[in-house]
Formats: sequence, structure tokens, C-alpha cells
Amino acid sequence: MDTFDLLATIIKVVIVFVTILVTIIILGLAERRVSGFMQYRLGPNRVGPWGLLQTVADGIKFLFKEDIIPDNVNRPIYLLAPVITMIPAFMTFAVIPFGVPLEIAGHTVKLQVADINIGLLYILALTSVGVYGLVLAGWSAGSKYPLLGGLRSSAQLISYELAMGLAIVGVIMVSGGLTFNEIITHQQATSWNFWKQPLAALVFLVAMFAETNRLPFDLTEAEQELVGGYHTEYSSFKFLMFYMSEYANVITASGFMVCLFFGGWDMPFIDEKALGHWGVVLSVLAFVSKVGFFLFLYIWVRWTFPRFRYDQLMRLGWKVLLPLGLVNIFAVGLWMALRA
Amino acid sequence: MATVLRTYEPRFWDRFYIPALLQGLFITLGRIFKRKDTIQYPESKHVPPEGYRGLHRLNRHEDGRIKCVACEMCATACPAQCISIESSPAPWEEGEERYPVKFEIDLLRCIYCGFCEIACPKDAIDLTEIYDFSDYTRDSLVIDEDGLLKVGDITQTGNVYQRHNRGEKVELPLAR
Amino acid sequence: MTTILFYLFSALLLGAALFVVLNRNPIYSVVGLVFAFMNLAAMYFLLEAYFIGVLQVLVYAGAIMVLFLFVVMLLNVQPDRPHPGLIHPDRWWFGIMALIFVSLFLLLIGQGVRALLTSPAEDAAGMGSVADVGEALFTSFLLPFEIASLLLTVALIGTVFLAKKKV
Ligand code: SF4
Ligand code: SF4
Repeated sequence: MDTFDLLATIIKVVIVFVTILVTIIILGLAERRVSGFMQYRLGPNRVGPWGLLQTVADGIKFLFKEDIIPDNVNRPIYLLAPVITMIPAFMTFAVIPFGVPLEIAGHTVKLQVADINIGLLYILALTSVGVYGLVLAGWSAGSKYPLLGGLRSSAQLISYELAMGLAIVGVIMVSGGLTFNEIITHQQATSWNFWKQPLAALVFLVAMFAETNRLPFDLTEAEQELVGGYHTEYSSFKFLMFYMSEYANVITASGFMVCLFFGGWDMPFIDEKALGHWGVVLSVLAFVSKVGFFLFLYIWVRWTFPRFRYDQLMRLGWKVLLPLGLVNIFAVGLWMALRA
Repeated sequence: MATVLRTYEPRFWDRFYIPALLQGLFITLGRIFKRKDTIQYPESKHVPPEGYRGLHRLNRHEDGRIKCVACEMCATACPAQCISIESSPAPWEEGEERYPVKFEIDLLRCIYCGFCEIACPKDAIDLTEIYDFSDYTRDSLVIDEDGLLKVGDITQTGNVYQRHNRGEKVELPLAR
Repeated sequence: MTTILFYLFSALLLGAALFVVLNRNPIYSVVGLVFAFMNLAAMYFLLEAYFIGVLQVLVYAGAIMVLFLFVVMLLNVQPDRPHPGLIHPDRWWFGIMALIFVSLFLLLIGQGVRALLTSPAEDAAGMGSVADVGEALFTSFLLPFEIASLLLTVALIGTVFLAKKKV
């Protein structure tokens, strides 16, 4: 690794990090404005043009709020939990490629922070670590509603991680590799995995919503039953950390979905690699717009569907998604065997 | 009349829930582009319907004399007992013999029932359409005779909120 | 660089492991164990066995330890009080267990040292790749693999059976 690569990596890390932060800010606003529009309202539109600075104002408000630590909490774990949630949330995006490699001065810069040969598993592993933040936050708060929220989240995430993994297996089988670049190049060469494995895409989509704890699966923070769920006892900046990690997870999950089933940075009918620098721009644009669609989908679904009941959630995970995932693997295997 | 029991029989496709889910999604999507009901408050204001009971006013005769004769019918009728009147012989030659030197309504105690308006034999007190008044202290929300007369002057020329929404500059009392 | 990292992670790993054993609060122990697994995964990464490292995080830290945490939280085990008579003539089996443990430990260390002395790590690179692990699992270690899966199935059925009876 020479100086150029090191520098390029640092720049990429900074760019990705800042982009995620900015996207979180935009998402925070988009969530409220889109929900407003869907309910014949306008949503916050006073702070800055079109209300663009609303989330910034919210963030400042969070910073200046009193940081309350209740008496009953288990201090070390209470303080640790938001950090455990936030670090994996921001780390996962590292393996997602957001464009075709860029050629600068004889060097090839991959538009991806880290190209490790097991990118898919890396994401799965880190998201499964993120669960600890939720569970420990719920437990350490020393009150019953967060505890219930934490327990629910652990059960939910374990159940849906399985379905998610099964949906991914089908993709890995056809593309023959665990890195995102292999998967995307394979999709570019043939067609998007969504057309080939709509079932897996559907299972993955549902599991993705469950994994990020968003409606209709936000059982962990079901306000009506659990006050605020696992983060009931958190205030001020610590609450902000949970809030930001939720959105960071949403962004990563959207990127994950796009890479697995919608061709990543692939713009249909265009060979990005042959177009030089414009190809790079095009591919990044393609990736951003696809991810943008899924971010919108998250908000859209949230304000459309009611929340699942807990037993329905478990039934959906174990009795519907899991068998569907297995069926998909079986079908893909059969198809591959017949073609070989 | 026999009760008709309707049972929901899902068709084959309904059991996948996907069509229903998509239908739901498109309903909310369509709503994004529809007209919004939000009233952007300080710039445009909600116009209350006719007969709305808001801030009180005291009316004048054409020549500018106050209509009120300080009979205290309103204060007697008031269930919240928030009107206090001090009566005194009128300074003018023609017309009523008495008038109020002090006429105060505690706007925080008032329940906006409108009984004062009904009780008044002289049509001197009315409830207007003004709803957005506020202040920082209790004392400043006890409105005096001058204030009530001023409300009367403002509200004579039509609904203040309609005028406000038309772009006219309306000086509202007690508006912060 | 690698050597420094190796010693760093080993120290953290041993520290975390000691924390797990010496701590009296079960939740702290679980968290310590998760941290220990993380460091173990880091050691695998240093050996360039990325796949095994990630599996370590995914399976042990991610799934199994969550269940541990789940159980500990549900039982709400209070921090243990020290037993007054830990060493007692009646507890002779403690001694035997300690003996077995120490001898196993020594055996392991001896194995490690012998392996170090005889064969230097040659084909470390690529050893932990997905293909390698898969191939080893389905050829040389097919029988243990199948037995393990059978065992898990039996355990699963047993659990379902036990749970069903109560409901
Ligand atoms: S509106 Fe009712 S409560 Fe208010 S002053 Fe008149 S009579 Fe009293
Ligand atoms: S407002 Fe009407 S009812 Fe009240 S004191 Fe004056 S005249 Fe009498």
C-alpha cells in the first residue's frame, strides 16, 4: 500500500462518512415532510428553505437538552449501549461499492472503502453485532418497557437474519462470489438478480425492513405498548445516537439491496467501464438514485402500513419467509444443475 | 329485517397480500400530490365560522358614545363572574344617564359562553371572531374599557381574518 | 506491525477472558465474552483467515451470544455471592475437576509448542477461504459435520417437545 492508496482510502472514508451524515439529515427531514404530504399536511417547512435546516435544528436541540441518566440504570452498560449500536451502523457501508473504479494518474481507485473478499458476510456479521446495542440498552435501563423492547428486538433480529441470509444464498449461488464486485459484475453481464430471483428479492426486502426495525416491524419501539422501546430512558445526545444509527442502518440496507438485486452501480444498457470518467459519474448517479428510491420506499411503507403484532411477526419470519428462502435456494440449485 | 352477515372471502391472489399491499402503497403515493389542508398560520389564518365566540367588544353609538349603560346585566349573567363594572353618571347632556367608568373582563376566567351578549339590553357587548390573542402575564389579559372599545372599532368593518387573508394589514389586539 | 497487533489482540483477548471468569455479574460476563470473540476474530484476520474470522463474529458473537444474553436477561440472575466454603473436604470433586482442567490445558499448550517446533506455518494464506472451508467440511470432515447436524436436530426436536408439553 503506497502513499497514493493510503490517501485515496482516507479520502474515501471521509467522503462516505460525510455523505452518510448528510443523507441522515436529509432523511430525517424527508421522513417528516413525506409523512406530512401523505396526510394532506405540509410538514416542517420553516427552518431554512423548504425546511432543509429542520434536522440540523433538531440536532442542535438534542445537543443542548439535559442529559438525564435515571437512578436505576446500570451505568457502564447504559453508557456503552449507544456506542455499540452506532459503530457497526456506520461501519457496514464500507464494503458497499458505489461506482465503477476511477482511473486517476495511472492508479485505479475502487469506489468502495474496503474491498474485502467476504463483503456480504461482513455486513451480516456487523449487523448481528449491532443487536447488542439494542438489547443492552433495553436491559441496562432498569425499567420494564425498555427491557421488553430489547428482548423483542433480539428475537426479531435473530429470526429475520436467517431469512435474510437464505435470500442472499441464492444470489451467491448464481454469481459465485462473496464480494459485491463479483455480484455486480455478474448482474451487469447477465441481468439484474431481481428479474432472476424475484422471490429472494421479496424475502430480502421484508427481512431488510425487519432488520432495521422500521415499520411495519418496529416492534422494538412500539410506542403504544412500550412507550419508546429500548431507548425510552435515553435522552439528549445518547438518544440522537440511536436515532442516527437507525437511519445509517436504513441507508446501508438500501445499498445492500441495490447491490444484491438491482445491479448496484449498473446503469442498464450502458457500459460504464467504456465511458471513462463519465462512466464513473454515471455509475455513481445510478447507484445514488437507486438507493434514493429504496430510502423513499422505507418512508413510504412506514406511513402506509400498520404495525405487525408480535406473534404475526414471528409467524411471518419463521413460517413464511424461511420456507420461501429455502424454496428459492432449491429452485436456484435445480436451475443451475439443469443448465450445467 | 334480517341481518346480513358479510364474511370476507379472500380470493386466491388476496392470500399473498401483495396486491393489497401495493394498492395501499399507491393510495398514499397519490396523496402526496393532492392539495394540502395546512393553513400556514401567521401568513394566512383560519377564518372561524359565523357566530364564533371569541374576544369581546364594546359597541358605540354613531356619534361615538359608548352604548353600555352600566346596568350590570352582563356581569350578573356571567357564570364565570369575570366582568367588573363601575357605574357613574354620564358626562353628556343628551341620551343615557349613566355609563361605565370602568369596564373590565378577565379574559383568562371567561369561558366564552356568550351569556353577556344575550343578557345585554342595549346591544352594547358582543363576542367577536378574534381567537388569537395571548400575552405573558395574567394582568395584561384583563382587558379594560378602552381595549374593548378598540376591538369594537377594529371588528366593525368585516371579519378580521378574511381581511388579513386578503392582504389587508389588521392590527389585532393583544397579539404577540 | 502484524506482531504488534498480534500481541495487542492477544492481551485484549486474555484480559476479556479473565474478565468473563472473574466477574460476578453475569451480564458483564456475557459482554466480556462477546468482546473476547471479537478479539479472536481479529486474530483470525491477522492470519488472513477472513472467512473464519467473520464466521466467528457472525455465529458466536452475533447469534449464540445474543441467546446467552437473552437467557441471562430473562432469568435476571443476580450477581453471585461468594460461597463461604469453596474449599471443603466434601467438595473433593472440585479438586478432580481442577486436575482434569489443568492437565488438558497443559496438553493443549504442549501440542501448540510441538506444532510450532516441528512445522513452521507454511500454507497459512488462503487456508481460511470459503472454498477451503467448504471443501474440508464436505470431504475430510463429512462425518463429524453430519453428526453435529444430527445432534442439533435432536436437540431441536427435544426442545420443541419439552416446550410443547408445558403449553
Ligand atoms: S362570555 Fe360568558 S363568561 Fe365570558 S364574560 Fe361573557 S358571560 Fe362571562
Ligand atoms: S354591556 Fe350591556 S348588560 Fe353590560 S352593563 Fe353595559 S348595557 Fe348593561
